[in-house]
Amino acid sequence: MRHGRFPLIVSFLLPPLVLYGVFVLSPYLQAFQISTTDWLGYSAQADPVGLANFRTLLHDGYVWNALTNNAILLAVVPVLTIVLGLFFATMLTMGGRKGRAGVTGVRGSAVYRLVYFFPQVLSVVIIALLWKEIYHPTTGLLNGALRSVGLPTPAWLGDPRFAFWCVLAVMVWSNVGFYVVLFGAAMQAIPRDIYEAVLLDGASRAVMLRRITIPLLWDTVQVAWIYLAIAALDGFILVQLMTNGGPNFSSDVIGMRMYDTAFGSETKFGYASAIGVVMFFLTLSVAVLALRAARRERIEYS
Amino acid sequence: MNRRDILRRSAAAGLLATPAAGLLAGCATSGGDDDKGDAGTYQGTKSAQNPLGVKEDAPLEVVIFNGGFGEEYAKAHEAMYREAHPKAKINHSATQEINKTLQPRFVDGTPPDVVNNSGAGQIDPGGLVAQNALADLGELLAAPSLDIPGKSVKDTLLPGAVEVGSYDGRFLVMNYTYTVYGIWHSTKLFTERNWQYAKTWDEHIALCKQIKAAGIAPWTYAGQHPRYMSWPLISTAIKFGGPSVATAIDNLEPNAWKSDAMKAAADAWYQIVKDKFILDGSPGLDHKQSQTAWCQGKAAFISCGSWLESEQKDVTPAGFDMTVAPTPSLSSGDKLPFEAIRGTAGEPFIVPAKAKNVAGGREYLRTMLSRKGAQDFTRKVASLTVVAGATDGVELPFGLSTVVKALEASGANGFNWVYNNYYRKLERNLVDAACGEFFSGRSTPAQFLDQCQKGADSIAQDSSIKKYKRAA
Repeated sequence: MRHGRFPLIVSFLLPPLVLYGVFVLSPYLQAFQISTTDWLGYSAQADPVGLANFRTLLHDGYVWNALTNNAILLAVVPVLTIVLGLFFATMLTMGGRKGRAGVTGVRGSAVYRLVYFFPQVLSVVIIALLWKEIYHPTTGLLNGALRSVGLPTPAWLGDPRFAFWCVLAVMVWSNVGFYVVLFGAAMQAIPRDIYEAVLLDGASRAVMLRRITIPLLWDTVQVAWIYLAIAALDGFILVQLMTNGGPNFSSDVIGMRMYDTAFGSETKFGYASAIGVVMFFLTLSVAVLALRAARRERIEYS
Repeated sequence: MNRRDILRRSAAAGLLATPAAGLLAGCATSGGDDDKGDAGTYQGTKSAQNPLGVKEDAPLEVVIFNGGFGEEYAKAHEAMYREAHPKAKINHSATQEINKTLQPRFVDGTPPDVVNNSGAGQIDPGGLVAQNALADLGELLAAPSLDIPGKSVKDTLLPGAVEVGSYDGRFLVMNYTYTVYGIWHSTKLFTERNWQYAKTWDEHIALCKQIKAAGIAPWTYAGQHPRYMSWPLISTAIKFGGPSVATAIDNLEPNAWKSDAMKAAADAWYQIVKDKFILDGSPGLDHKQSQTAWCQGKAAFISCGSWLESEQKDVTPAGFDMTVAPTPSLSSGDKLPFEAIRGTAGEPFIVPAKAKNVAGGREYLRTMLSRKGAQDFTRKVASLTVVAGATDGVELPFGLSTVVKALEASGANGFNWVYNNYYRKLERNLVDAACGEFFSGRSTPAQFLDQCQKGADSIAQDSSIKKYKRAA
């Protein structure tokens, strides 16, 4: 039997590895190569220019503006999403009546869980269009509500003071549901007897959350952190559909810059690839840093 | 296995793959390096019947942008082509994503023979021109018209149709439709309220006051594409200062955006911002949303091109009767009369330089530019073509008939600019952003012109962008 195993392994592993190489790795490597050329995208002519594209990038105010926005996203979106996700998940799994031995969620938590998860079922495009209508300055839900209580009604997506934060809010909104379910599932896996023990010891809810739940959820939070950080460095679809980076570049992100450079307002594929390479390294460093910073002793319960 | 392991292992897989890098690098740009090209693989003999030298049995591949106009009109044109060349096999396809579909084929050197390069996924024409990817269509212009006797193709076209597709004097892009840009209002609304479209700027401001007093916002615009408002502003400047205002901008002359005419126009348009003649919240609307607000009667005026009527077909109330009008004259000293309106050819068709059947591509465009082809197009999609007089005997919808009238009144005074074709980034990104600040009241006329000029200067200084010049 043993001699039959090698061909089996090869035939099962080789095709996916080849596919991965051709469709995942090779485009990456090509992007690196293209970023050192002045390729304009519609002819085979591409002359190597060394690192000139990267030098231009360093002095490109629009790129820096976009990167600043990504940095704000990176600082705000994961924190906000994880805090909200943890809060809702705690309420759903252990927010129920106090004093009972055992831990239950608030009444109707199954329904809430469904409602929270709902944005996850929608495609990002639908979410963007939905919120574009909610932010509609005259007929939108938001301004309708503001008007009914006599508050001023800004032109949300048309105002550089608000446009970026409007998109950020949608980003958090569309993500929270998933993490509620993720954290909820992880909380379910925590053995009930731990809670029963600390409840008997007279621990309050806040202490329970801080001392028991979060440490035991740490692996999950770490995963959430990395995913959200990567999402914060992207944000392209929402921005493109809701504001197209405007007004006056106030909601621009780096992905939007890359797309615009390659397909939107000009066709500089070499330069766009250079932006892509920068994005690649930024995302990679953020992921590595997040892993390092979040490294802790693993807690095993058996 | 936890996530850390996954990352570690995938990093290892990445290392293993590194030796392949040398093989892979260069794949994307290695295709079709020989610039000798296969252009004109199919070549027939030229004759009076066949002035462009089409090879009788050469197949022709046509790719159409499947947008507002659909693809049925193209099938009719293809049928006409086949009538003349029965042995030719036509390969027709339509897509909404011209760029994504065709970019690899351009790189590979195997593009189709005719492309309707349009829509949001259009290939930047400046990019194609700069990379010599387009066949010269000069021969097509010189060829005799298919069914208008005694005239060359060029003689049958409306003014401005050739200029807009020309780069450094070479005609490379055939823009098929004729678009008029102006200020739109509802004749029904204006008749009901007994308002008269104003011919001078002072009268326009007075009318705006009247409209506002009636509880309607005088203006709205696409806040997310504020460049729509640059069109009437630049038009006002050109009518005030003459067509040289436009050539200066197109040729990226220093301080072209800060000419006296542009200053006068920006000051004038600032009035509608200052006096709050713009529908509240307009800066937050996209083009569809603002046009819909206008169709619902929330605003009286909107700036748009003549595609407006078909774009708004589904939401325009019956009897709305949208009408296009030129921008009001700034003063009695205007160089161009009130009737002068911006007209330009749109909906670009190209023949790639490396197409197999370049002659067939040109011949297909000649078929489109025949009277029969143009009339069929106007009938099918309710849009004008660049073929002069091809609307005779075709029944037009209300808005389009006002376009024809405006065009006739404008006559030889029609004007246009092309900087948006030469340097797409300048209009789509830079002037766009400046207009957003200006029309939402966050910048003054001087700041607005400064921002536009800075954008133009940044293009002028960017050595990686090919520059074009046009004569007045």
